[in-house]
Amino acid sequence: MTSVLEGPVAKIAPAKKKKKTGSHNFSGNDKVTLSAFVGFPTLLHVVFVWLPAVCTILLSFTFWDGIGGFKSIKWVGFTNYRQIFTLDDNLPVAIRNNILWLLVFALIASPLGILLAYFIDKNLKGTQFYQTSFYLPLVISLAVTGIIWDNIVRTDGVLNALLGDTNPDTAISWMGDPHKNIWVVLVIASWRHIGYVMLLYLAGMKSVDPSLREASAIDGASEWYTFRRVIIPSLRPVNVIIVVITVIESLRAFDLVFILNRGTNGLQTLGVLVYQDIQGESARIGWGAAYATLLFLICLGPIMVYLYQNFSKGDD
Amino acid sequence: MVTGKKSQTGARLTIGVLSVFSLIWIAPILFSILQSFRPFADVVSKGVMSWPTHLTFENYTHAFVQSRMWLFFLNSVEVAVPAVVLTLFLASMIAFVLSRYESRFSVPLLMLFTAGNLLPPQLLFIPLYRIFLKIHVPHFINSNGVLYDTQLGLILVHVSIQIGFATFVLTNYLRTIPKEISESALVDGANVWNHFFRIILPLLRPALASLGVLMTTWIYNDFFWAVVLLKTGNKRPITAALSNLQGEFNTDYNLLAAGACMAFIPTLLVFFAMRKHFVAGLTLGSTKG
Repeated sequence: MTSVLEGPVAKIAPAKKKKKTGSHNFSGNDKVTLSAFVGFPTLLHVVFVWLPAVCTILLSFTFWDGIGGFKSIKWVGFTNYRQIFTLDDNLPVAIRNNILWLLVFALIASPLGILLAYFIDKNLKGTQFYQTSFYLPLVISLAVTGIIWDNIVRTDGVLNALLGDTNPDTAISWMGDPHKNIWVVLVIASWRHIGYVMLLYLAGMKSVDPSLREASAIDGASEWYTFRRVIIPSLRPVNVIIVVITVIESLRAFDLVFILNRGTNGLQTLGVLVYQDIQGESARIGWGAAYATLLFLICLGPIMVYLYQNFSKGDD
Repeated sequence: MVTGKKSQTGARLTIGVLSVFSLIWIAPILFSILQSFRPFADVVSKGVMSWPTHLTFENYTHAFVQSRMWLFFLNSVEVAVPAVVLTLFLASMIAFVLSRYESRFSVPLLMLFTAGNLLPPQLLFIPLYRIFLKIHVPHFINSNGVLYDTQLGLILVHVSIQIGFATFVLTNYLRTIPKEISESALVDGANVWNHFFRIILPLLRPALASLGVLMTTWIYNDFFWAVVLLKTGNKRPITAALSNLQGEFNTDYNLLAAGACMAFIPTLLVFFAMRKHFVAGLTLGSTKG
């Protein structure tokens, strides 16, 4: 990737002089250029990301039907939170689904991705084919993924054909049964997640210092032991990112359930509830905002972990 | 290093397991492609697993012409290309300043961008939707005169969010390149403007290529923002327009499969052509520098 650069860069001896870069003598023009370079992207990011985020959190403490102007917004304290926890039947289902999602990703999909990376890293015959197969789901939109898998799991689809019954009256309704459909969705989501984890881990493993493995092999450790006790612990940054994407992806879940059945009938997730409550005539902006804020609070943990990982040691 | 029979059987076993997994992985995709070439009536009468005796392009011509998938594909391109170019350009500017003119604001600012990129989109869209209804735009952009339901609005949101990730990646990338390259330019009397356009942008080229491939795929594949910020069917990108092919009661699944293939084949082609960049793009953000 960086081969283009390595040539000229490598030849320059890293000088150790510590120059305070902040104390350049900027001309007036340079100051304007620098301010614009920083100011414009920052403004966009703050106005269209951070400002809406703060507004949502504030809205979660208000009542607003979305029809009246901003002046009709009323402060109601924690009422929305009390209501969604006591009045909304969807919330327990959504929380159950998000927890299941997280558990399946954390306990099955992510470890399986790491395991696949371990096997693929052996560079056996056909390794390009294996890698490509696992990467493909990553390239495909989640909405399209839902449509592709619908061929398999609908009542007259491939799965039931293999089971020998596609009669709409007697066959298993994988998507229609609110106790089964979440598991089907989790299989589909894992189909994608496993490849993602595998890709990240494989890239990480390529960066491991080969002498680590050699030392471990000389000590008589098996490859598998080396992988578990030497390689995995040495890949801390990759491990952190996998934890982060595992948590965040499982909480954000929207596209897949929305394309499959609009996130109803057993497929509710927090991400979908936010959307459903602000649609249509009976919009309850406060409820939607409260769901979004809950979602944010749960995501806050992994976000902090990620920031800590990347910024705790200061500059490299 | 154990060699001999034992490790050989081990290798064979691994190859076997990997092959089976790989085939399971691509089966749904291959099956969709096969379905897209079969007439719906044929599948209805003989069953989904029946041997395909009759293959046709009809589903594609139908999806392309009657269902106007070409229009939706162009919509996707119209959103993805400007959004990616703008994101990379803006993120390069700020990454340049954060890595070359460090001040006490550099780290907090970079944290702001990094964290912003990780916020769930659901946390943002309620106010964005409401604000877009209030922002007025000229009528040649939107006949309703507001930013909601415009591709411009969609582009703005994509750029604002993706700047977070791109800035994080590009700043880390630039930090791995010695500052001395820049300093020799500064000795030559280059001002900030030239420093950025003549020195930094060319240095960033490999990282921009990888990020560009990755972000084009992401934005092209976006579904959430397209559903939330666009109302008019004609303006929808291809991912969101696919639901037009889902009938109320009786869906022509083979037509739908053709539509799905038309949506994912461009990304597959990009992936096969620029796989290295795609993988590099995904891993750029995960390793430090």
